[in-house]
Amino acid sequence: MTTETAAAAATAGGTPPEGTPGARRTASGPGRLLVAVYAVFAVAATSRALVQIITKFHEAPVAYLLSALAGVVYILATIGLTRSSAVGRRLATAACATELVGVLTVGTLSVVDRDLFPDEAVWSVYGQGYFFLPVVLPALGLWWLRRTARPTPPAGRPA
Amino acid sequence: MVRVIAVAVAVAALLLAAWVFLLAWRSRPIGRAVLAGAGVVEALILAQVIGAIALVARGERADEPLTFVLYLIASVVALPLGAWWAVGERSRSGTAVLGVAALVVAVMVQRLQQTWS
Repeated sequence: MTTETAAAAATAGGTPPEGTPGARRTASGPGRLLVAVYAVFAVAATSRALVQIITKFHEAPVAYLLSALAGVVYILATIGLTRSSAVGRRLATAACATELVGVLTVGTLSVVDRDLFPDEAVWSVYGQGYFFLPVVLPALGLWWLRRTARPTPPAGRPA
Repeated sequence: MVRVIAVAVAVAALLLAAWVFLLAWRSRPIGRAVLAGAGVVEALILAQVIGAIALVARGERADEPLTFVLYLIASVVALPLGAWWAVGERSRSGTAVLGVAALVVAVMVQRLQQTWS
């Protein structure tokens, strides 16, 4: 009996790799690709905004500051997705949600009133200058975080 | 910019991306052959850097020097970083990461051309 219960406990408890019990790592599988794309956006948006702020801030202050904000959000999302802890997951979720709200708001504003943004920001026209990835990425990110929050499918227990 | 090298880098990077995405589609891990291919593209990028330094030494300037230098740095580090993140996991997505890095190189070259008159 003792061996049976021990074996049962071992299977039922499973062996969560690390981080949140029952949750899967966000930086493996398709998440690895997501982290890579987020890292590219983090570097691209941040450095572009910094250059614009340094060299021609007066031309379109709102657009450049928004790009800088977008860059910071991308950095936080990248860091959050690479951490497998609960804090990392929360950080990534908050960053992706902010990003989704930001790109939809700025995107809509830039379409409605073009004079608001004399120069392109990362999120103008839903990220047109970046192949519309800025509007796709947060949706993918949130979907991925939701998917990995659940334990690995063949766990034997109903979810 | 030395146009011939820029075109060579862009074409080589796109070929590498196609190769890597084909491997990813067939769920193959990153192997030595494709890493050697990435090495060739990286060598071309370094040749481009040398070419750019030579042009600047001769007195030519990019329209936006700071942006130009940043794009140049990004083009140099993209493949090594991408390869590092790609080989970290032997999976379809791991492989695809190198393809993304190759696409980044292609975009960087195009942006470099834009900043150089």
